Amino acid sequence: MKAVSQEKYVLEMTDIEKQFPGVKALDHAMLKLRPGTVHALMGENGAGKSTLMKCLFGIYKQDGGRIVIDGQETAFSGPKNALDNGVAMVHQELNQVLKRSVMENIWLGRFPKQGGLVSHKKMYQETQKVFEELEIPVNPKTIIGKLSVSQRQMVEIAKAVSYNAKILVLDEPTSSLTHEEVEHLFRIINKLRDKGVAMVYISHKMEEILQISDEVTIMRDGKWIATENAKDLTTDRIIQLMVGRDLTDRFPPKTNKPGEVLLDVKNLTGKYMPTCQDVSFQLRKGEILGVAGLVGSRRTELLETIFGIAHHQSGEMYMHGKKVVNKDAKTAIKNGFALLTEERRATGIFGGMSIQFNSVIANIKNYRKGFLLSNGKMKEDTKWVIDSMHVKTPSQKTHIRSLSGGNQQKVILGRWLLTKPEVLLLDEPTRGIDVGAKYEIYQLIIDLAQEDKGVIVVSSEMPELLGICDRIMVMSNGHLAGILDVKDATQEEIMRLAAKYV
Amino acid sequence: MEKVKKFKSDKTWQELLLDYALYIILVIMIIGVIAADPSFLSMNNFLKILAQASTRAILALGVAGMIVLAGTDLSAGRILGCGAAISASLLQSVTYASRMYPQITEPLPLILPLLLSIVVCVAFCLLNGFGVAKLHMHAFIISLGTQLIAYGALCLYIDSQKGGAQPIASLDPRYIELVNGYWLGLPHLVYFMFICAIIMWFVWNKTTLGKNMFAIGGNPEAAAVSGVNVAKNIMLIYLVAGILYGIAAFLEAGRIQSVTTATGTNYDLDAISGCVIGGVSFSGGVGTIPGILIGVIILQVINYSLYYLGVNAYLQYIIKGLIIILAVAIDVRKYIAKK
Repeated sequence: MKAVSQEKYVLEMTDIEKQFPGVKALDHAMLKLRPGTVHALMGENGAGKSTLMKCLFGIYKQDGGRIVIDGQETAFSGPKNALDNGVAMVHQELNQVLKRSVMENIWLGRFPKQGGLVSHKKMYQETQKVFEELEIPVNPKTIIGKLSVSQRQMVEIAKAVSYNAKILVLDEPTSSLTHEEVEHLFRIINKLRDKGVAMVYISHKMEEILQISDEVTIMRDGKWIATENAKDLTTDRIIQLMVGRDLTDRFPPKTNKPGEVLLDVKNLTGKYMPTCQDVSFQLRKGEILGVAGLVGSRRTELLETIFGIAHHQSGEMYMHGKKVVNKDAKTAIKNGFALLTEERRATGIFGGMSIQFNSVIANIKNYRKGFLLSNGKMKEDTKWVIDSMHVKTPSQKTHIRSLSGGNQQKVILGRWLLTKPEVLLLDEPTRGIDVGAKYEIYQLIIDLAQEDKGVIVVSSEMPELLGICDRIMVMSNGHLAGILDVKDATQEEIMRLAAKYV
Repeated sequence: MEKVKKFKSDKTWQELLLDYALYIILVIMIIGVIAADPSFLSMNNFLKILAQASTRAILALGVAGMIVLAGTDLSAGRILGCGAAISASLLQSVTYASRMYPQITEPLPLILPLLLSIVVCVAFCLLNGFGVAKLHMHAFIISLGTQLIAYGALCLYIDSQKGGAQPIASLDPRYIELVNGYWLGLPHLVYFMFICAIIMWFVWNKTTLGKNMFAIGGNPEAAAVSGVNVAKNIMLIYLVAGILYGIAAFLEAGRIQSVTTATGTNYDLDAISGCVIGGVSFSGGVGTIPGILIGVIILQVINYSLYYLGVNAYLQYIIKGLIIILAVAIDVRKYIAKK
């Protein structure tokens, strides 16, 4: 981190206002960005960060306020126009043409040409130049769909650099990266900073923010709250500014008591690589068992193999001492399992459908009355989901897409509880959810354990695992590297185990 | 900088087998045909097949663009019928008494009917393109409608002859020679096919339009945020298809030398199945020009061999239907990630 320069601003957004029907999304929002700095933009989901960025990129037209870039008032017509003027964004959800090569993705929309034809040679050389500069070890001719998420993210950053971006917005760039990959990303960010690029860094991860950023702007309810030097801030101070109140504890008190063995998994091995290899563990009633590991340690694959949606090669599972076989999701649900998937948007929600539909869909056969479905019973159960999960929604008919990430997650958790599961498999249950809502999800998880359910939680955020679990099992390259009691577990010990079979 | 090398051959033999499953099955079928009747294996048959495949291949080169865009074209055959009728009617022999245009007394330059055929085919294709690009209709639906319109237009045109509906035949000998002649031992049609294929290879691989086509087919949103004018590029792909249809129509009329309302029937299905056999994926964003040629030629080999072996015509339909289903089933399997 370097001392914040006193140079003039490269970007000044002042008094930005944006009104949506019924909501004031931005209310005198402000962001001032200096060249050659990393500026963290923080706030809970719904605080207006993405709306502010959409105003910058011309996706929304602000109702009031000024956007000044290099001393000139600017209004972009859209992301491409912004890109051409050196303002780029790397989105959390990567938008790439997966079947085409890395270099074609980078030069899409402006292929280098020679004599009217696209010049692959030039394209390759230009890409290679940017990759060498940023030390990205990727072959420009590789099909992009074959790269890991982190490599694809680096490619997106390289794309922004190839546009000579002077302002780069990074939206949750580390949400699916491993520790080493984050370090690599930070090296790239530091290089760009040295080149004078101004970066807006949107993230929920406090530790990272304090490590990488020079300045921090905090927003709440669409308003500018504070802009401070990162070195003067602490995690607690940021949280306090974000939520506007003191969050004395990030985790609710643990009130669950593990009891007798509920699920006994023996030598579980999946069929198609990548998958879990020879994993054995026990889950107790009322226990929260965390699963830690690097990205690619096949934690998701383990859950999918347990749940029966990934093919199973060998190994057994016993529930209450009786053998169970989950052939597919249907038998798994019947056997008392529930799986909350990692990709909420892709495999969790039915976006265009109502909260009610989303609540009852996994349990639909229980609402049959003759050939039809009982409306009353579905309404009643949806009401139970909304009430007991504290879902904030205007009605049962609301499309789930219009809820915040945290509320969507609560509906899906409720959906699974309606199937009366005994074992809950939760894959990254708090990903992309803001601090306040995370606390509520933690509380729900602990409540479930208190009701004697067995809960397995996969998470990449170690403080979260240490905060809510009873035991933590660490996966490494598909193998179980060890199970730690949370009382004895430290982040260092978990990291050591995570690297055991790599 | 560390070089990345291990991307080339990381496929297991099962995956490779799956990639080439269709080719393997079809080659086995062809070997079966040769075993059943060894006389099938002759140069004469081979050239016949190539000549028959050529117009369908040119049509398929146009249809393939739409499949790469994650769409399809069910109207290609009927559009070809229209282009063929125009070409043939303008190039009937001037000595033929009941020709459609008795006012034509001097033979027209051959290029004129070709251009007219292209204009008509482009017009129909742009209708499809407009529906897909601007009205955001699925290509399946808009081309289903266009197919009927084109068929109606073709029937009206053929019906408008003074003598009522009759095949447009007795074509100008220059026209027949241009299409059916031989040069250096190969039918002209084969040269036309390869010229079109080479040009299209450049369009697909070396032009911005081609690159954009793959991007739009693979991820239209990514293409749009990268500044690709999605609607314009879709329209251009349909325009290119229209030109190819026009050429194919002109050549087909000269090849069969008699155009009726049935001309072009099911050609779209042959073109689509040829594309799919040749590895153009219905999920969009994937396909190669050599693949399309091989696909169309293999399909024609099968068509011809069924005919050669004297297989019942109705049974031929059933076999072709099964091949299409098999092709798509294998194509889909390639893109399912196994868990």
